Amino acid sequence: MSRPGFVLEVDRSTPPILFHHGEGFRLERLPPGSRVVYPAEPVAPLTDPDGAIRHALLNPVGDSQPLPSLLHSGMKLTIAFDNQAVPLPPMQRPDNRQRVIEIVLDMAAAAGVDDVELIVAHGLHRRMTEPELRHMLGDRIYDSFAPHGMLTQHDAEDHDNLVLVGRTDQGEHVELNKRAVTSDLLIYVNVNLVAMDGGHKSTMTGISSYRSLKHHHNVTGMQRSRSFMDPPNSELHNSTWRMGRLLASAVKIFQIETTLNTDTFPSQFSFLQKREWEWSARDRASYLATSKSLDRVPPRMARSIFHGMKSPQKMTSVQAGEVEAVHELTLANLHRQHLVPVEGQADVLTMGLPYLGPYNVNSILNPLLVMCLGLGYFFNLYRGKPLVRKGGVVILSHPTRWEFHPVHHPSYIDFFEQVLAETTDPLEIEKKFEEDFATDPWYVHLYRNSYAYHGVHAFYMWYWGAHALQHVGQVIIVGGEPRAVRRMGFKPASTLRDALEMAEDVVGRDPSITHIHNPPIFLADVT
Amino acid sequence: MRALQFRRSVPKYAAAMVAGGVRPGFGARVGPLRLADVDEPELPGPDWRRIRPRLAGICGSDLSTIDGKSSRYFEPIVSFPFVPGHEIVADSDGGRVVVEPVLSCGPRGIDPPCSFCSSGLTGSCQHLALGRLEPGLQIGYCADTGGGWSTAMVAHDSQLHAVPEGMSDEAAVMVEPAACAVHATRRPGVDQPSTVVVLGAGTVGLCTIAAVRSHLRPETLIASAKHPDQRKLALELGADVVVEPGEVRRAVRRMSRSPMVGDGVGEGAEVVFDCVGTADSVDDALAVVRPREHVVLVGMPGRISLDLTGLWHKEIQLAGAYAYGREATGERTFDLAFRLVDDADLGRLVSAAYSLDRYRDAIDHAANAGARGAVKVVFDLRGERNR
Repeated sequence: MSRPGFVLEVDRSTPPILFHHGEGFRLERLPPGSRVVYPAEPVAPLTDPDGAIRHALLNPVGDSQPLPSLLHSGMKLTIAFDNQAVPLPPMQRPDNRQRVIEIVLDMAAAAGVDDVELIVAHGLHRRMTEPELRHMLGDRIYDSFAPHGMLTQHDAEDHDNLVLVGRTDQGEHVELNKRAVTSDLLIYVNVNLVAMDGGHKSTMTGISSYRSLKHHHNVTGMQRSRSFMDPPNSELHNSTWRMGRLLASAVKIFQIETTLNTDTFPSQFSFLQKREWEWSARDRASYLATSKSLDRVPPRMARSIFHGMKSPQKMTSVQAGEVEAVHELTLANLHRQHLVPVEGQADVLTMGLPYLGPYNVNSILNPLLVMCLGLGYFFNLYRGKPLVRKGGVVILSHPTRWEFHPVHHPSYIDFFEQVLAETTDPLEIEKKFEEDFATDPWYVHLYRNSYAYHGVHAFYMWYWGAHALQHVGQVIIVGGEPRAVRRMGFKPASTLRDALEMAEDVVGRDPSITHIHNPPIFLADVT
Repeated sequence: MRALQFRRSVPKYAAAMVAGGVRPGFGARVGPLRLADVDEPELPGPDWRRIRPRLAGICGSDLSTIDGKSSRYFEPIVSFPFVPGHEIVADSDGGRVVVEPVLSCGPRGIDPPCSFCSSGLTGSCQHLALGRLEPGLQIGYCADTGGGWSTAMVAHDSQLHAVPEGMSDEAAVMVEPAACAVHATRRPGVDQPSTVVVLGAGTVGLCTIAAVRSHLRPETLIASAKHPDQRKLALELGADVVVEPGEVRRAVRRMSRSPMVGDGVGEGAEVVFDCVGTADSVDDALAVVRPREHVVLVGMPGRISLDLTGLWHKEIQLAGAYAYGREATGERTFDLAFRLVDDADLGRLVSAAYSLDRYRDAIDHAANAGARGAVKVVFDLRGERNR
């Protein structure tokens, strides 16, 4: 049985703590009395994932028939699935989606279903490349569907192929992919990496339009979510649930959700998953060899090495059927792996940010994504209350280079150069700039025809940190490029020690410090 | 009288070129510029007056000369030794005056005047080495007239503009650079643009922003500025968006909602005023201007290397904008400039004043003005001895 996550109190005998730092690592000595939150060790995976998938499809939860009984000759079947944003890093073959979709297709074939289409539910994310799709789905699925135009990528700007299903009682437009909505059955296949994912949010983000997304991807919603990683207390989820229920009343949906364990890094990086005092001689040697090598190669090469990494994460659960019943089970399985109890808030929260977040697979973790990963995802990995007190300080460790992927993130560059130069206030940004970026024909063109995130996506990155920006007194980035850090309204520091000294100006002397040892991912249950 | 004098000295000019390459403004330490007691210039004719500078600005073209970077183009239209300084507010026997420094047919006593001077386009006069004066395109580059960096000089009646009551010396000394900006914005064919770009936010750039906002009134005025204080002033003077120099192409693309074509903006600004004059800035200007529209070089470019394929392909109209005279409406550029300085409060751009004794500090400050949070650095002659 794996050991649960726990909170370590640092004393004089505690070895230096590993901080992720982009395409590298740092070993940092935290002051005695600091706390380090460690994730749980990976829970045991399913021994027979394919068998578990079949079982779930035949024994759905909630108000749903077994999948075979929903399939029949002459029907129109659409299978939508999560894109490359999950899991992180991309998992070793076979991906959960390949396993699930192969079995679904077998059942569809057995039922004589001819009209089947697969849709990448990438929402306003960039389109996936062929190698990415082949990795995710396997060559068999790819070669059977893609050449015939039956494997498509959702296009949130193809207005001829969007349908307004209706409006909720709150006036939210539910506008979705026409093929999905007009199918006799819509199957959604997900990989539920964190508690934010899944449920009605899958369809409401993955196959919807900007007109729909703006109802829940906005500053006010983010600021009112406590946190967006805890669906019952998330405005993001309240909205997507309302909208999803409307969809479910109009379209038959069969949701298939899977969870993974946190066996995140391959064996050569296994030291990243261990507690520092348990590092073996081999782990120490691996750390040294890796760090020294990475220090000597240019960032581009280091990035290439890391993005080539495939994670050995394994499936820990699969559940299928009616969306909400499925997701309730999913969350329980996710919490089994992720939840770590933590008592009380700290004055200062520290975190080392890795090279990767959901929006830079095979790309660059640009400064906006640094902000989103740190103040969006990591800050919000809590239930109850934030790990840092109101007015406290968040210290991020990341190189934060003024560097963007020009193909993937064109609107991010303009957002960073032009919007943040004027203001960093999320509400002002939303009011003054969002519509203009969202409707810019050049960004629309790049989103549809190239591999660019939608023009508005950069705004969502900033909104994702809106709750943290409202909550904390100061954000410091250790090792970040000062010009880039300042552009975001944060303070640069050369070392963690400097950052802690700077933090004292805000929170007073001898602050309490909590460090999150993440990834592997966890969810702090803060009381 | 006391004057900063620039003498012809090839070794010192070469030394200035090297020093100026090390740090802008260092040419003043080793080059041909020196502080000296010299004779006051003679009056070249009956319609000339002796005037005593109060403030005299340090201009980018002065700095190029001091650092040995100015173009050889000027050799035939400069005479040595000369006293620099062409942005001048001075005392005359009739009160305070601003000097319009171009030495065209009128001051040179050429009668009949050339066709340009006849129609008020004195900046286009090509008789700059003829007539009763030694060669010199302007006061400040002519051996006969003296210049603003001194306690006394001479100017032709036609070159003097009375300073209105209530206008400060600081505002008055900005009239000449403002006139350059005013003239640039009144070029034919640049009426009622929807998007205008001003590259650079030094003195000329900021004055151009003010002139564009006041005269052309575009829907969108995008400016580039290197330093935070320049950025702030650019916004105050009417820019809608201010970006760093390396960001201008993306800003123009976004504001014009245009596609990109390679590194260039498909459909960009109707007018681009380049107030920097480097290869990079001209390159940017050509990249962000709409096909068939106008790039105006307001900053003095000198010898630069450019790929003009885009100019050819987009049928861009590349024009220079030098000095002033009488505009198409018949108004004198300086009259319009006085108004602009007053309306936009351009006197605030004067950031520092130095005595002649501290000329090296002054030149250093001016040459690094942006980085030091300054815009216009001037010599203050009001307290000088022998004045």
